[in-house]
Amino acid sequence: MTDTVQNNRNAADDVALSVRNVSKSFKLPTDRTNSLKVSILNWIHGIRGYRVQEVLKDISFDVHKGDFFGIVGKNGSGKSTLLKIVSQIYSPDSGSVESDGKLVPFIELGVGFNPELTGRENVYLNGAMLGFTNDEIDAMYDDIVDFAELHDFMEQKLKNYSSGMQVRLAFSVAIKSQGDILVLDEVLAVGDEAFQKKCQDYFFEAKRQKKTIILVTHSMGDVRRYCNRAMFIQDGHVAQIGDPDEIADAYSNSFLGTVRSDNEHPEGASETAIKLDSIKVLADGEEQKYLDKYEDFDIEVVFSNDQPVESSALRVDVVDGRGWLAFSLPERGTAAQVLQPGQHRIVYRVQNTLAFGDFHVDVAFDNGVKRFIIAPGAYQFHMRGYAVAAMPLTVPPTTVVIDGV
Amino acid sequence: MRIFEIFTEKNRVLLKAMVSTDFKLRYQQSFLGYIWSVLKPLLLFSVMYMVFVRFLKFGADVPHFSVGLLLGITMWNFFAETTAGAMGSVVSHGDLMRKINFSKFVVVISSALSALINFAINFVVVLIFALINGVQISWSALLIIPLTLELFVISLGVGFFLGALYVTFRDLSPIWEVVMQAGFYATPIIYPVSLVATNLGPHYGPLLSRLILLNPLAQIVQDARHVLIAPENPTIWESFSNPLISMIPVLLCILIFIGGVSYFSSKSKNFAELV
Repeated sequence: MTDTVQNNRNAADDVALSVRNVSKSFKLPTDRTNSLKVSILNWIHGIRGYRVQEVLKDISFDVHKGDFFGIVGKNGSGKSTLLKIVSQIYSPDSGSVESDGKLVPFIELGVGFNPELTGRENVYLNGAMLGFTNDEIDAMYDDIVDFAELHDFMEQKLKNYSSGMQVRLAFSVAIKSQGDILVLDEVLAVGDEAFQKKCQDYFFEAKRQKKTIILVTHSMGDVRRYCNRAMFIQDGHVAQIGDPDEIADAYSNSFLGTVRSDNEHPEGASETAIKLDSIKVLADGEEQKYLDKYEDFDIEVVFSNDQPVESSALRVDVVDGRGWLAFSLPERGTAAQVLQPGQHRIVYRVQNTLAFGDFHVDVAFDNGVKRFIIAPGAYQFHMRGYAVAAMPLTVPPTTVVIDGV
Repeated sequence: MRIFEIFTEKNRVLLKAMVSTDFKLRYQQSFLGYIWSVLKPLLLFSVMYMVFVRFLKFGADVPHFSVGLLLGITMWNFFAETTAGAMGSVVSHGDLMRKINFSKFVVVISSALSALINFAINFVVVLIFALINGVQISWSALLIIPLTLELFVISLGVGFFLGALYVTFRDLSPIWEVVMQAGFYATPIIYPVSLVATNLGPHYGPLLSRLILLNPLAQIVQDARHVLIAPENPTIWESFSNPLISMIPVLLCILIFIGGVSYFSSKSKNFAELV
């Protein structure tokens, strides 16, 4: 055992956090057993009173110094448990967690904040709970107050703060605390727009300064923007680890096919007269996976049909990361033409009004009576930008080109 | 042993922050504020004094029995406050334990320190009352310091047990209330030890009055009365000829403390999941 540790010493020099073969299961009580009576009765009857739920199974990964490491996963996939094990709040059943440097966890903001204390006292109390000495808190106090923009309120009791002010103070403590490894659990969406912008700037700054940050989030936008490595957890396993774009795609893809409405019949795809050959999103003639805000793009669909179809029977749906339809092309009521059997190409020129986030394109066939999804999630792309713009509710202005005509 | 982790700077800072928060908030909304920490035991004492000293004539043969009564109540209150506070401390900090990693010993010790501050304030009142009553305080009164330490150690030891147990067995709270009530009457606080001897007759009286002192709380209270108020108060050290038997209460304190710490230590790593 010591030999391997020695051998890995050089490689491990820049490892900030090393998680090895961590497993964790919980005993979920089937009945309320925290009363003496029930416990004794269960013991007499030989009932265990709980069932074992395996939450994490043999998880291993490394976070290197300077990594902005993202952890994504569906609800109940075990990522919060993993975070608590990393933060040494839970102890793992087996495996080990080693961290090099001071790890500061923020599972929740403002842990231990007391409404009866002043802002200043709360900062010191919160700091003490996170393991900072008074000198260390003295050193970062001004920074915290500056970042929270609460100079005039620090001697006020916390109960007189608005909820936004409380969150700002808590978030500033989190961000300005001088730990070596910062662990953040879905805390980014706080405060007003200006404060969000500040947080965003801070994250880019932290990324530039090579701070080690571990971020658990459901926002693939955050993963793509900030992280340089990411991990996708599924059912307590590490499903994938590596490039944040691939992880974000894998995460988004894992939702495809889970939400279906009644008018979609993927199994009916064979009845359709249309076969999809290729679909692409193009910007300035180049295929693109990333689009900037207001950057117009083309959706190019190439397909074959063995009998004549109307061009409007082929529907292109642009769907956002939550599975909501952003818009569907071509717009209803636009002139359609009959396409003879053969291979055809349709290009939609879309004026981009999409908001920030992940999108995918579903291709469907609509014969006027029934609608079949031919290719769910046929193409994925991502809008860069901030999570502040609203979703368009109407079909954006488009022009249609069929067969290059 | 993991208990020593509380002496690291990080945990000392946390302990200080928690105790001072508790102190600041204790009488937050009350009109009389900190006066209550003196007033409450005094009022309680007045009731006991009227009932047991004036009406029932307890302790007529013991000099300054009323001062001894106040001292006994003060010490018992410290024990009661520490154990009850320690029992709830882990559960009431459950929210914290689920979100950050810190030494779990801190919550129990902080509730004991809060009680200790209260005890210190009350002890000053006892001293003033003793002087008014004309008690001659000698140098031997300094022995109150190791006695307080012993009281602190046993309270903390019991507190560790209760705090860890209460996480899984919430029935402990009412049970402990009854135990404390029984303990209060089993300890010679409102009655002098001599009362036991006279009331039970020459056969069992002397024996039982000595056995009663094997209870660490009884030993501590009697010793404190002996050194501070009047040497006429019987102590365990003169009750048994065998010094080993006399050591039993002190050994019990140490054993309870070590047992409590190791039990708490073994349970504490799962607190975050259980509370």
